[in-house]
Amino acid sequence: MKFHFKTDYDQDIRMFPDWWNFSLYAALLVLALCLPLLIDPFFLGEATNVLIWATAGLGLMLLTGQTGQVSLGHSAFMALGCYSCVLMMEANVPFLAAFLLAGVITGIVGALIAIPALKLHGVYLAIATLALAILADDIIVLLKEWTDGVNGKMSPPIDLFGYEISRWNNPVEWYYLTLAVVLMVTLFYRNLLRAPLGRAFAAVRDSEISAQAMGVNVAQTKTIAFGISCAITGLGGALMGLFAGAFNNETFNFLLSIQLLMMIVVGGLGFIHGAFLGAVVIAFLPQVLSMTTDLFGRGVAIPGLESGVFGVILILFILFEPMGLYGRWLKIRTFLELFPFARKDMFKRQKSYLKTERLR
Amino acid sequence: MSLLEIDSVTLKFGGLTAVNNLSMKVEEGQVFALVGPNGAGKSTVFNLISRFYTPVSGSITFDGKDVLKLAPHDVPQLGIARTFQNIELFHQATVLQNLLVGRHRHRQTNMISQMLHLPSVRAEERAHRHAVEEVIDLLDLQPYRNSRIAGLPYGVRKVVELGRALASKPRLLLLDEPASGLSVEETQNMRWWIDDIRRHMKITVLMVEHDMGLVSKVCDRVLALADGAKLAEGTPAEVQSHPSVIEAYLGTNAVSKGGKVA
Repeated sequence: MKFHFKTDYDQDIRMFPDWWNFSLYAALLVLALCLPLLIDPFFLGEATNVLIWATAGLGLMLLTGQTGQVSLGHSAFMALGCYSCVLMMEANVPFLAAFLLAGVITGIVGALIAIPALKLHGVYLAIATLALAILADDIIVLLKEWTDGVNGKMSPPIDLFGYEISRWNNPVEWYYLTLAVVLMVTLFYRNLLRAPLGRAFAAVRDSEISAQAMGVNVAQTKTIAFGISCAITGLGGALMGLFAGAFNNETFNFLLSIQLLMMIVVGGLGFIHGAFLGAVVIAFLPQVLSMTTDLFGRGVAIPGLESGVFGVILILFILFEPMGLYGRWLKIRTFLELFPFARKDMFKRQKSYLKTERLR
Repeated sequence: MSLLEIDSVTLKFGGLTAVNNLSMKVEEGQVFALVGPNGAGKSTVFNLISRFYTPVSGSITFDGKDVLKLAPHDVPQLGIARTFQNIELFHQATVLQNLLVGRHRHRQTNMISQMLHLPSVRAEERAHRHAVEEVIDLLDLQPYRNSRIAGLPYGVRKVVELGRALASKPRLLLLDEPASGLSVEETQNMRWWIDDIRRHMKITVLMVEHDMGLVSKVCDRVLALADGAKLAEGTPAEVQSHPSVIEAYLGTNAVSKGGKVA
């Protein structure tokens, strides 16, 4: 167990508490940068996929993990991010501008939708946003003049400062592009968490009534959280569509939202790490499943296997490890650090009785 | 002019009159207590000041400003901070983060600069942290700085909630039963802190409290409520010996009134 001897407020404000922690993340970054040298293009594509999922997941994590608002409508915002980015690129807007603008547009639309939707709480918000996700599917079909409906669109080649990036010709550049996006998003996310806005998010999540009593404008904070969340998810959606090569309304159907939600729950709600761990699970599970069915089923495809396994995993996590993979890792780490003094109940959540929320 | 003026405020929930034509004035620098039996409407008065409820009639002014025109989240901007009867902390956050939320009304930076963590944000965070550290010092919360609320005992949570309210550097502090559920020593500490808050931090305190021992030691003025209406107002001793207060708590004395045991 390490103890930090604190002599400066900056030690708590800084992103990394000590050199050891900093060097761990620096090593991870170096590993991420060297990854193209270490693995073949197929697995590099998979790694890119993980990072794309992580980007989208970070968006939902900000809303659900940090602010406590459940959304099942984030597939709609991924679609919005993707279509707006591609449409702008087709209108000859440079990629970088189109990409960032797509995030901004998605964020603004998200915030506008949030204003009425966030009057709902808990499961009702989830249902309302689920309706939005289902609606998005139909809207894409209806707007076929722009979206080409069910036929879908081909993603145009990415032209970054005159340098063309395509998934098949230069997967390494694609990987670096995604890595840059995910690093940027993570940095912003982390910065928000150590600033007043991030604390306001947590305040709204834990007790709206006392957040209000401390001067937090609950409606505004939720709207901002929804906006930022949608912007990030929109960027993830744009990357996903561009990476897929072709996409239509089916690419962004509501199952994607459920997968996203499952991802952050399995990874660990409320942790940045959780979004990444969840992304690894969600991106590699289909591969692992197809490998196992190849091995045992002799190539016989089992319909619905993937979603079935996803569902079982989600149920098991909610029952046995509500803090997700990252929570499990924290427990293991604490156990090792405190050995042999760790207690079994250290992470047990105390029930809180007598909530003042009954005021409402 | 008084710091807080409540003028003939009435609040009704359907047919039930929770607060009935209540008027009171809290002067700057006072420690003012609201007492009364359960269900008398003491906490309701707090919720009226916090704007969680809107009265059907009457007015509430703070330092000459009309509180009833404000939204609940704007009330703290005036310099009114409060605690809750049942402790409403942010359970998944640490003590430090809870106290820093208390600084919310003093924030200056916007969303974009916070995302980029500009030097202005860093400087502001240091200032917030310094203010919070003073509160930690006053309330002896050093051992708990980085503990999560979810694992803390009740007595400490109570103190953290007081700290969160103090961190916002209010002019008026509303304490809803600050001593409920505390041990004798903890109540003693609470008494000293309330004294310190008034003397050194120059904060006016309005509190709801059942512990008449604490009330008589720290308060200048007491108002007794029953069924939403004012029974008596005065110094702690005056209120405690007021006949209608005794009646509200203990009932009428059949012996002295009728002369015979009923």
